[in-house]
Amino acid sequence: MNRLELAGLAARPAQVWGGIRLVPLVREQPVEGLRLHREIYTGYGNGVVDVGPRTHYTSYIPHGFVADWSGEGVRSAAYGTQLGTGNSPGNPPRTARLHRNRHHRMAKRQPGDRLRFLPLHLAMEGYLALHFGGPAVAWEEWSRQALRDGLSPRAEDAYMGWSVRGLGDALRAFEIHPGQCGVMVYAADALAAAFVLPHPDDYRLLHPSLVQDLYGELVHQYALYGAPVAEFAARISDGPHLRSLAGLRAAARAQEREWAEAHDTLFARELLDTSYTFDRVYRMGSFTLWRFLPPFLRNGEGQHIGETITDHKGQVAYLKTFRLSEAQIRRGHLLHRLSDADWRLSQAAVALGTTEEELVRRIRAAGFESLLRARA
Amino acid sequence: MATSTETTRTGTGADLVAAEDVLLFVNAAITATGQREFRSTAYQQRLSLDFLHEYVRVNYRRVYAAALALDINDHNAVRIAQGLLESAADANAEEKRTEGRLIAARLAKLPPQRVYRLFRALRGAKVNNRRTRAIMRDWLAARPDPAHDAVKYRAGLKTAARHVHLRFGGPGEPGETGDFLFRPGRRPRYRHQLLDAWRRAHYEQGAVDELPFTVAEGFAARHGMKREVFLERMVPRMTRLERLRTQGQRSTGDDVRLPTDIDLTVMPLTRLALYVLSLGFEVRGLHRKELTHALRTAARRAAGPHAGSWGRVAAVLDDSYSSSGSGEKRRRPLAVALACHFLLEALAAPGAYIPLWTSGGTDPLLVRPWGPTPLGTRVLDALEHGPDRLVIVSDGWDNAPPGLAGEVLRVWRSRLDPDRRTAVVHVNPVYDADGFDVRRLAQGVPTAGIRDAEDLPALVEIAQFAEGLTGPAALYAYLDRQVARFVSGEKAGAAS
Repeated sequence: MNRLELAGLAARPAQVWGGIRLVPLVREQPVEGLRLHREIYTGYGNGVVDVGPRTHYTSYIPHGFVADWSGEGVRSAAYGTQLGTGNSPGNPPRTARLHRNRHHRMAKRQPGDRLRFLPLHLAMEGYLALHFGGPAVAWEEWSRQALRDGLSPRAEDAYMGWSVRGLGDALRAFEIHPGQCGVMVYAADALAAAFVLPHPDDYRLLHPSLVQDLYGELVHQYALYGAPVAEFAARISDGPHLRSLAGLRAAARAQEREWAEAHDTLFARELLDTSYTFDRVYRMGSFTLWRFLPPFLRNGEGQHIGETITDHKGQVAYLKTFRLSEAQIRRGHLLHRLSDADWRLSQAAVALGTTEEELVRRIRAAGFESLLRARA
Repeated sequence: MATSTETTRTGTGADLVAAEDVLLFVNAAITATGQREFRSTAYQQRLSLDFLHEYVRVNYRRVYAAALALDINDHNAVRIAQGLLESAADANAEEKRTEGRLIAARLAKLPPQRVYRLFRALRGAKVNNRRTRAIMRDWLAARPDPAHDAVKYRAGLKTAARHVHLRFGGPGEPGETGDFLFRPGRRPRYRHQLLDAWRRAHYEQGAVDELPFTVAEGFAARHGMKREVFLERMVPRMTRLERLRTQGQRSTGDDVRLPTDIDLTVMPLTRLALYVLSLGFEVRGLHRKELTHALRTAARRAAGPHAGSWGRVAAVLDDSYSSSGSGEKRRRPLAVALACHFLLEALAAPGAYIPLWTSGGTDPLLVRPWGPTPLGTRVLDALEHGPDRLVIVSDGWDNAPPGLAGEVLRVWRSRLDPDRRTAVVHVNPVYDADGFDVRRLAQGVPTAGIRDAEDLPALVEIAQFAEGLTGPAALYAYLDRQVARFVSGEKAGAAS
């Protein structure tokens, strides 16, 4: 599996609000056997997450998602919360040490087929932990600190949905389609996020949560500085062939179809055509929770990290993506090239088609200054 | 109105622009209330409306005044009256006379609290010319019971009386009201029952029941009276709307019954639709018969002489999510659509009415604001029935796909129905602050703003001017007729 398959989801005409374009994704049939719910945390999104023994990170966490594949229905998941407890090595437990009220604690006692996870944090953590350990071989260019601690600590900035200009209003004025299970958010016609859920009811519930999510720096800037985007209004050419109401109806239908095709090939292409590295996080029955990383190609196209839940056929039941900014892609690219070259600067410079001095400059520019020894 | 006799002689471009401006202002004055709408904030609405009022007042003063004779909403009527009185210097003597008559006629129709608010605004703006004083004095003199106003609109009457130097104490009224307002405590008791009740209500719970409901509410809170008990005792003194509003507080628990003390069938149609939509689905389902009967009766009354005269009618009614309105205008667009549904049913020939809701629902009583607005598809469905008239009730935001309704209507008009066998009209209950008008669907389709469904027949008349088939001359003649009718006291439209 190296691609996202949005089979079963059809794009409906976009709704535009200022610089934000929202494209609804509609399912004919909801995905059987999986529901998602929201779990709300106190503390206005301040959260600390344990990612391993004596390792934790602090981040903005407005809510968690509860994946429920018990098939028991809506109510059960609101009470039941099972934290991921993979104790095996190599699959560190992701537990959140958060302020929980008694409600949660009570429910924790009865484990069910439920999984709580923090939306976008799986993906973000995957990105932050890229070659986290730093150089594996002690080449002389690398500092002591790099060898001892690796890339620690790494931090990335993100913006809350509230601060993405126009997004709150766009989501408020958006008219949810019947059967809608997802949405693609565009800021100044750049894909900012994709959000897919298994069931329309879940979507209705989680639609407002989009405004609390994380968005990349690029999205924030596009929304702030971008002009209002044009609406793709329907156009029917009224040639002499159009002689009956049936003909008019056919032309109207064609407009709707055209839009769906145009969206998949034009707008969402960068998301759907990229091959990703998938990393399995959790198995739950026939569903699998993955996180994925893009290839970090520097071809100027948008690259997305994210997480997804697929069923046994590979169909996407849940999807949430985060668009990386140019600088973030550059960092990922650099780390990958360095790792491929066993962290040997000379070899990496050849692979990148540049000189060693230039590579050192790029490493510094990417904010990894502390990795290098002072003399270099 | 003798508007622009010089301009109507030639159908120049400027003349057409003027006619368009007039229609734009009329649409705005019918729909905009300066309150929050689904898509724009109250501030945007007010800003937009401010500009429009000033623009029309300066450029088309006569038209601005004449708008008072149309079925515009109370908010704009008050604003126009204030605007005219504030800028009296711009008008000549003849204009002033017409304006004065129009304002006086309009004030007589407005709810008193709005008029008192207008008087307060005039005082705040320091407008106190002779004409203003005369208008205010005439209106105050025409009030049926000054003592009632003194109790219910105490601050308002006080401000107004001060502003116009009003002397209380006519032949039948020995100055008690004046003392009540300006010299409280001078008289040990009042001969007028209401004034005395107000005095006693300060220390006697029994007197509270004798006051108007809104005044009594304050005293009841002060005496710490139990709300339910108080409401039950106040029922005979409440207005119909107050009774409806407190219905939920008066019935105990989850009791789902319709008010027995109010005859729903005599309520105005749109008001009734709003009330129906405020009820839960179970209540609506349970009382389907009564509610439908009430709505049908109100619609037949609103249709009046037009009933059954519209032939085959198809309606596209918008019940998309945006018809939920805003916190300040809750479900207003949906209520207008619902009221239009019943009104059109009454206007159409028996059995020749086809309603099409955008959500695809078929039960008008159980409508709810939900889903996208696929107007284009619904318009196609409607046209398939080959109606004589197609009425579209929508806020004009067509989004699935955007602009399809406009395209369908354009192609239909230009290629399939060039000789206009089907009359299409779009009525829009929402003012678009950015466009200074209600949103349109297509160039060839007339759009009219609507506030109360009862005005539909009158609006269809106005909408024909927007189509550009009848010239500006006809529009001005229409305005003249409305003004003449309005000033002479005859009821012009269907409702106010």
